Amino acid sequence: MNEYIITQLSIFVNNVPGKLAAVAKTLKDCNVNMKACNLAESTEFGILRAIVEDPDQSCEKLQAKGLIVRKTQLIGIKITDVPGSLYGPAKALGDGGINIEYGYAFTGKKVEGLFIRVDDPEKAITVLQQAGIALIRAAEI
Amino acid sequence: MPFWNRELETMPREDLEKMQLSLLRRELRTMYDASPFIHDKLRSVNLLPEDIDSFAKFRQVPFMVKTDLRDNYPDKLFVRPYDDLVRVHVSSGTTGHPTVVGYTQKDIDNWTESLARGMTSFGLSRKDVFQNMHGYGLFTGGLGAHYGAERVGATVLPTGVGNTDRQIQLMQDLPVTCLAGTPSYMFHIADVCDQKGLDIRRDTKVRMALAGGEPWSESMRDKLYQRTGIKAYSCYGASEFYGPMFLECTEQQGTHVWADLCYMEILDKDGNPCADGERGQIVVTMLQKEAFPLIRYKINDVSSLTWEKCGCGRTHPRLARISGRMDDMLVVRGINVFPSQIESVIGEMPFLAPFYHITLTNERYMDRMVVDVELDEHYLTDDMNKINAYSAQIQARLKEILNLKTVVQLNLPGTLERFEGKAKHVTDNRSYD
Repeated sequence: MNEYIITQLSIFVNNVPGKLAAVAKTLKDCNVNMKACNLAESTEFGILRAIVEDPDQSCEKLQAKGLIVRKTQLIGIKITDVPGSLYGPAKALGDGGINIEYGYAFTGKKVEGLFIRVDDPEKAITVLQQAGIALIRAAEI
Repeated sequence: MPFWNRELETMPREDLEKMQLSLLRRELRTMYDASPFIHDKLRSVNLLPEDIDSFAKFRQVPFMVKTDLRDNYPDKLFVRPYDDLVRVHVSSGTTGHPTVVGYTQKDIDNWTESLARGMTSFGLSRKDVFQNMHGYGLFTGGLGAHYGAERVGATVLPTGVGNTDRQIQLMQDLPVTCLAGTPSYMFHIADVCDQKGLDIRRDTKVRMALAGGEPWSESMRDKLYQRTGIKAYSCYGASEFYGPMFLECTEQQGTHVWADLCYMEILDKDGNPCADGERGQIVVTMLQKEAFPLIRYKINDVSSLTWEKCGCGRTHPRLARISGRMDDMLVVRGINVFPSQIESVIGEMPFLAPFYHITLTNERYMDRMVVDVELDEHYLTDDMNKINAYSAQIQARLKEILNLKTVVQLNLPGTLERFEGKAKHVTDNRSYD
């Protein structure tokens, strides 16, 4: 797999008070560590989107505990702590005709940046690299 | 397109209605003289059979209801002595009290004629082998289907209910082309065939089925066809009529209700006739019954009737799929809602699993209806736009079908409660304090 493709776990929960706590408890019990996460909700149900260590194994562990989990492919853009650093990548994606579905920021020990979900990750990687934008490798998180 | 009785089945509506009115008067005259029950009903509204010169006049006749049958148990409504009867069926009755139905030879003949017309209309003929998996005995389904299929010249294999292994063995060993039974039993047969590694398309000659005896849906019909290649045709009837009576033709656009045997009314909640194609309560009058009368009988089922000429060329009115029982009906903001309507919407949406729950509440006497549905796991996505589009689609379709605003809650796969046996679909928390 492309080293710039990052696997995200989407954990689905019905919109009921206390459900996030139940999910968090399961993450704890399974010893799954989140590097970045984002909470999304619709009127229908909530989604905890998380970047975790060893996503494949974590996914299996969580599913075994009865959670509804799906894997999604994201890409990570390196962003530095200065004004205007989002402009370059955003413009490159726009010019490349790539639509961003959602995204969330990440500050790690080694890198910082933005994880984004796009319709065609492979194409987005090519577009960004051609524009000279630095990407986060899955191994760097 | 073969017909059993072409002239009668394609008669213009005007002639059929004229015939109905004259049969109606004749039936009422016979029953007025023979049945104290019908005599009293007509006297109570000051009518004589000869006064009935229009359907509007006929609507003054009081209804017959299920409790009339119960109160006259076992045979007080019979107008013929047992010497004249050739058969008696006893239905278990959903209300728990049995109903006894007697038949003269003419009654059996009318019943069989009705089925022979219907069976011919969906393509059954002397070339077919008809495996009858309905129960033989006191239940009308088994013998009714048996006589109808024999009448059209098909070869009947009277397997009756149960023993699925033997049913499947015979389906393979004999050139069976048509099954008759309940839809759920046909799905059971399909399941067992899967387990045995049998393919109904490849390993049998079965291509059609007469399905009835319990409620089912259009999506079940599609699923059965996709799984087995069997085209299933619906059927409507009740032991009070005679038994299973009215069948669908190859068009699958409702069951043909033979106007010379039955005058069927569809009424709204105030007892006024519904427009063509509009849903309401079914009221049945049998026009040529001999052993006991069935006049303006509220069968408690809900559907719609249309006189629009069928694609098959038959002119008799067609009854849409039964969309509920009066007992299941919910009244929400003054609108009649049947759980089966919600079921049919769910069946239309490939992204939904076949589970649902309705919760009714009210605030300041304003009803609120919440419909919980469940996403099929193959359609689960973290794309909120898609999820929102799914729920908007269901909501819009429910509004269209029910004519009522509902709140739709899309639940995650596997999270709605599963019921064994009869599912409990409705929680009514409305209070009127």
